[in-house]
Amino acid sequence: MPDKLLSMREAVERFVPDGSRVACGLALEAAIPFAFAHELIRRRRRDLHLVGPIADAVFDQLIGAGCAAVVEAAWVGNVTTGSGYCFRRAAERGRPRPLTVRQHSNLTVSLALQAAAAGVGFLPTRSALGSDIAGDHDGFQPIACPFSGQPLLAVRALWPDVAVVHVQRADRAGNAHAWGNLGVSQEAVGAAATVIVVAEELVETESIRARPELTLLPGALVAAVVHEPGGTHPAPLQGFRGHDAAAYRDYASASATEDGFRAWLERWVLGVADRSEYLGRLGDGQRPGDGRR
Amino acid sequence: MAGAEPACTRRELMVACAAREIRDGDVVFVGMRLPLLAFALAVSTHAPEAVGVFENGVMRDTPPRGPVVTMSDPPNLDGALWAGALSRAMGLLAGGHVDVGFIGGAQIDRHANLNTTRIGPAEAPAVRLPGSGGGCDIACAARRLLVVMAHEQRRFVARVDHRTSPGYGDGPGWRARVGLPACESVTLITTRAVLRAAETGGSFELVSVHPGEDAAVVVDDTPWGWPDPPVRAPAVTLPPSAEVLQTLRALDPDRVWTGDG
Repeated sequence: MPDKLLSMREAVERFVPDGSRVACGLALEAAIPFAFAHELIRRRRRDLHLVGPIADAVFDQLIGAGCAAVVEAAWVGNVTTGSGYCFRRAAERGRPRPLTVRQHSNLTVSLALQAAAAGVGFLPTRSALGSDIAGDHDGFQPIACPFSGQPLLAVRALWPDVAVVHVQRADRAGNAHAWGNLGVSQEAVGAAATVIVVAEELVETESIRARPELTLLPGALVAAVVHEPGGTHPAPLQGFRGHDAAAYRDYASASATEDGFRAWLERWVLGVADRSEYLGRLGDGQRPGDGRR
Repeated sequence: MAGAEPACTRRELMVACAAREIRDGDVVFVGMRLPLLAFALAVSTHAPEAVGVFENGVMRDTPPRGPVVTMSDPPNLDGALWAGALSRAMGLLAGGHVDVGFIGGAQIDRHANLNTTRIGPAEAPAVRLPGSGGGCDIACAARRLLVVMAHEQRRFVARVDHRTSPGYGDGPGWRARVGLPACESVTLITTRAVLRAAETGGSFELVSVHPGEDAAVVVDDTPWGWPDPPVRAPAVTLPPSAEVLQTLRALDPDRVWTGDG
């Protein structure tokens, strides 16, 4: 089987050009690929179109760093504390740059990705009928059920250029085991042109074969594998680490102002070379709370 | 019998009120914080057969095994009955299998529509809020809705600035007209009162005010333009029993969510 192992930097440089439509943070609050997002920031990616349901604070960080032109999501903020200050600055005042927000509900994000994964232009739902979300952009169209005439909402297919998932384990070919709550991970990896798998553990293919029912997607559909232990911190990863609420609270306090956000970014993203340096900094007790729970 | 029951905080009272709205055997679409505690309290007391569904793809029938801040924290998955895709959890909802769902918002109007998107006009919002998450989906499809929020005048408006989670739209008949399934009731539990709206009336009535509250003042502090003179002699909200309160305090031992501080 082909060896698709790359460093995070190589994966971003090769597969995520400026302007990409990037789906990540697909399991809501869990398994968020913060290490991937931080590499996007270090590589100074611009004009990204972010896609996700509730991607916890990762979209807020990418927006604050000026990487995003469009966000297409059900929720953008910091789940531990509430509002995302970078998102607010961008949506309210165009800082650091204007942001187009395309609203969704969680279910419509899932359906939009599922439609793309199924190769159809839309999927219908009753969800969001009558809401102002349904009138927010051209990804929604009211239709009548062709069988009953019942009002329905057509949710337009959404094809990501790249989907990024952090999984518990994968082999070098990209065969990936994931468990816990998966959110819209399955729909997104089915919909995306390119899939990057970030693995907590790199394993032999025999481990994958032993439990094929845990395979989120087979390696044949994966472009790159990045071995990045601790890549979800401060988000939880089932079986490996809990939710580091203190880190999210620190981020919320810091990001309340633009200057505070820049300082946070310098310390935790721009000022470290990669994820292992980030984890080393956590371990040095440079911030309150135990980052490795 | 004054003094027979231990004093409880406003938030404890809200959680107890919300828990009472969960019936034994209900499939409950649960949110975080107070709604999660309300679900945990209900299954630990009067509703042992209720099950909780979370939009991240989790279903469980017991309180989480430890403190959780988000629904995806490992203690909410440990001992769960089901963990997988959002589409499966939300499929239960869309398929009409959810009896009661919790939703929240920064604003609610007299027809029980909620706003979690923005304060102010679309072109120049004063505050951009995080958005729907699963709130819109829950409001569209759960048979009964529960809303828990602080009783602040600015939250209660004639018409929400953005209809993120639809209640009764502009009044009776609206849900059927736009294609939404019927919603039996929307119960609004605030720091000062319990209010309820039903499809037929399409707007709220004051069910009870919390101990120490004056109903007329509560009505005045709910300035959404009452369509009819509201009932001015509602019941007084029943405080939780000592046993229920003890159970609740065991679920939130450090009063992270239920302290009034």
